[in-house]
Amino acid sequence: MEREQLKEAIARLAPGLEFPENAQLTEVLAPTAGFRDLCKALRSDAALQFDYLISMTAVDYPDHIVLVYHLHSSALGHTLVLKQKLTDREKAEADTVSDLWLTAEYQEREVFDLFGVHFNGHQDMRRIFLEDHWVGHPLRKDYVDEINIIER
Amino acid sequence: MRFDIYDFTSFTQDIDRLLQENLTPFWATVAELTIVGVVILAFYALVGLFLVYAERKVCAFMQNRLGPNRVGPFGIFQTIADLIKLLMKELIPIKHADKILFNLAPFIVIIASFMAIAAIPFARGLHAIDLNIGVFYVFAVSSMGVIGILLAGWSSNNKYSLIGAMRSGAMVVSYELSVGLSLLSIVIFAGTMQLSGIVESQADGWWIFKGHIPAFIAFLLFITASTAETNRGPFDLAEAESELTAGFHTEYSGIRFAFFFLAEYMNMFIVASIAVTIFLGGWMPLQFGGLEGFNTVMAYIPPLVWFFLKVAFVIYLMMWFKWTFPRLRIDQILTLEWKYLLPLSLINTVLIALVVLLGWHF
Amino acid sequence: MSTETSTLNLFIGENDEYIINMGPQHPSTHGVLRLELALKGELVERVVPHVGYIHRGIEKMSEKLPYPQIIHLTDRMDYLSALMNNEAVCLAAESALQVEVPERVKYVRTILAELQRLASHQLWWCAFGMDLGALTTFFYGLRDREKILDIFEESFGSRLLHSYYLPGGLMHDIHPNFQKRVKEFLKYFRKKLPEYDQLLTGNVIFQNRVKGIGLLSKEDAISYGVTGPSGRGSGFACDVRKHQPYSAYDKVEFTECLHTDGDTWARYKVRVQEMWESMHIIEQLIDNIPEGDYTAKMKAIIKLPAGEYFQRVETARGELAVYIVSDGNKTPYRIHFRTPNFSNMFVMSKIGVGCKIADLVALGGSLDLVIPDIDR
Repeated sequence: MEREQLKEAIARLAPGLEFPENAQLTEVLAPTAGFRDLCKALRSDAALQFDYLISMTAVDYPDHIVLVYHLHSSALGHTLVLKQKLTDREKAEADTVSDLWLTAEYQEREVFDLFGVHFNGHQDMRRIFLEDHWVGHPLRKDYVDEINIIER
Repeated sequence: MRFDIYDFTSFTQDIDRLLQENLTPFWATVAELTIVGVVILAFYALVGLFLVYAERKVCAFMQNRLGPNRVGPFGIFQTIADLIKLLMKELIPIKHADKILFNLAPFIVIIASFMAIAAIPFARGLHAIDLNIGVFYVFAVSSMGVIGILLAGWSSNNKYSLIGAMRSGAMVVSYELSVGLSLLSIVIFAGTMQLSGIVESQADGWWIFKGHIPAFIAFLLFITASTAETNRGPFDLAEAESELTAGFHTEYSGIRFAFFFLAEYMNMFIVASIAVTIFLGGWMPLQFGGLEGFNTVMAYIPPLVWFFLKVAFVIYLMMWFKWTFPRLRIDQILTLEWKYLLPLSLINTVLIALVVLLGWHF
Repeated sequence: MSTETSTLNLFIGENDEYIINMGPQHPSTHGVLRLELALKGELVERVVPHVGYIHRGIEKMSEKLPYPQIIHLTDRMDYLSALMNNEAVCLAAESALQVEVPERVKYVRTILAELQRLASHQLWWCAFGMDLGALTTFFYGLRDREKILDIFEESFGSRLLHSYYLPGGLMHDIHPNFQKRVKEFLKYFRKKLPEYDQLLTGNVIFQNRVKGIGLLSKEDAISYGVTGPSGRGSGFACDVRKHQPYSAYDKVEFTECLHTDGDTWARYKVRVQEMWESMHIIEQLIDNIPEGDYTAKMKAIIKLPAGEYFQRVETARGELAVYIVSDGNKTPYRIHFRTPNFSNMFVMSKIGVGCKIADLVALGGSLDLVIPDIDR
């Protein structure tokens, strides 16, 4: 599917979607509210069929966190970058998609571990790489570790 | 004292007479027991050392490697070096282990294999005891080793060890049946349970040739089932390195581990000796009817050489299995025994009884 | 690496389960992976994987490093497909800078990637045999892998962690002997690969051990993101080389090996078949490497223009995706590696349930896990 067609098909699914500039792939910035419903629709819509979550990660900016989902359709072969913006960095929360794409269960645990984003509805919200008593979330830009991180 | 490499009867009787003349009957018995004990112990150590070396060389041959080649010429002193290392290693005490059973287990395993050697006839007149129920005795004693394995697994307070021991227990108990039935088939042929008697009955031809196809099937059954009984690959579930790290002997170190290690090789030797004694004519030379010249040449080769050559062949066969086959799964092993080997052994035994009754064998 | 609030520890004693920790030091977890198993006899009731024992924070480190140095870190993720990992970062940077790399570089990269895939699959084959208790396979596989590593060593001086690529091309040109030796190897390995089948594939015990074990349906494979040969064993057409060709993959003829059974046997067959395909790909390219520069003209300091870049690459284990967020500096603002083993491993908690311990080992072997790739 062409990128314009893809945009049109996605814009039908939910109101308030933004389509920022992206040189490589179609990008969608979705509002936090109703994000899960959008994901459900993206997965089940016959013209889209995004059944494969390639990658799910987060990017930490000074005043917000962006969750980035790379979706792919195994049958139709198109790729989509789906984003949502979490404005509350201190108490970041998002809805889980781990029941839609099973791999998200572990990728969300990774984001929780390294970014401190809590996923509502996730059944096993534990740290995945670091120890349970670890303080802080290392991939945040303001994370300080005076011993191991050398500032140059 | 006469020494004859073809018949050791007079040799052993001479020693007996010498002792009886010079000592009281009680001390003569003690002296005989001591001599037998020391000889078997020395033999045991020698065979153990050789088998470990042989296995390493055979497996190296199968795996495109050279094998041990640094200690001594062709690495023949490698096992001695290993033994010294094992002797010097610390015996790691295990917390929460059942101390008595933990220490006892290796001894049970090694004593079981030790006792079985006593009944094996190496040449005419060369065996420690010639029981008239020799087959039964060997069969009974060699299955005692599994008690040691079970104790080792249970007492070392390790989950992997326990699983290994339980597997071994289930397996040995099942495979005993096939081993017993396949041995029984030759007992039916020979009409005796005395091991020397069975060997004598093969003077004109080995049972594997004389006994038609049923004897050959019995031989295959015996090799398969006894490989399982000695916990060797492809039936090495009790150790299963890739699943249970080292199974029942995970927690053992130093000389205690060496005992398990040695017992495994000795069990292999014992099983091979029994296979040779029962199926391959023991120390009897290879004889074919009608080939007089060939038979005379074969008869010149001493029985001890014959015996060890045949044992080496069977052991090589078992090593060949181990290094080329993947391991079976526990349920597959039990299925193999209860669904295939055991019915086959039973049918085979009945078949042999028929062959003997109707006098179809040579 | 959560030890204290592990879900399973809460269930000890319930349902009379036997809790066992497979790993972090265990011969068949292929690294420091810990699987917490709840057993009922030999049957596995639950599998809870614990990872993170070698988490090195590659993503965090990369935020402080310029791009050519990040390439050295990617070697350390999936050390058996180091060149493909290098390639992923290079391709992402090249597409961001809109650099056209010389044809020669594309050909060499493709050949090397396939050689690496061969080496990786050979090592997998050895280790898989070992997992099933066939110890001889190990030496057969390593014997042939050694030849590939020798080619690598002659060409760029390293055997395992290569760091041979730079954004824009190669670090230096290939060795003059390269083509000759690769052709020699192909001739040799075409004779040796049938030995693998003779030793293991046809064995009845082996087939009984792997058939019907660890069934993974196509839907689950896609949902769990199981890619690479493991995913293709379930019928998930996920070969990035085929569907989004990069380097010289659009110039070669090859089939995507697909099997639909989804069991350990299918995954085995896919990998063995892929070895033939890899040889086929190299044969098409090795005689036609075009002359030219080994690198495009690059600036001394590589700065990606601000924006987001996403590059997918097929490594020996599955799909590696690199996601770079750049703010125009010489270091990335954020770099994320979507590693194949991360998704492939966690599927064990689903398909490992209900099989025996020995099956779990076979299953783990057939997924071909490299643990540093999970932990990063």
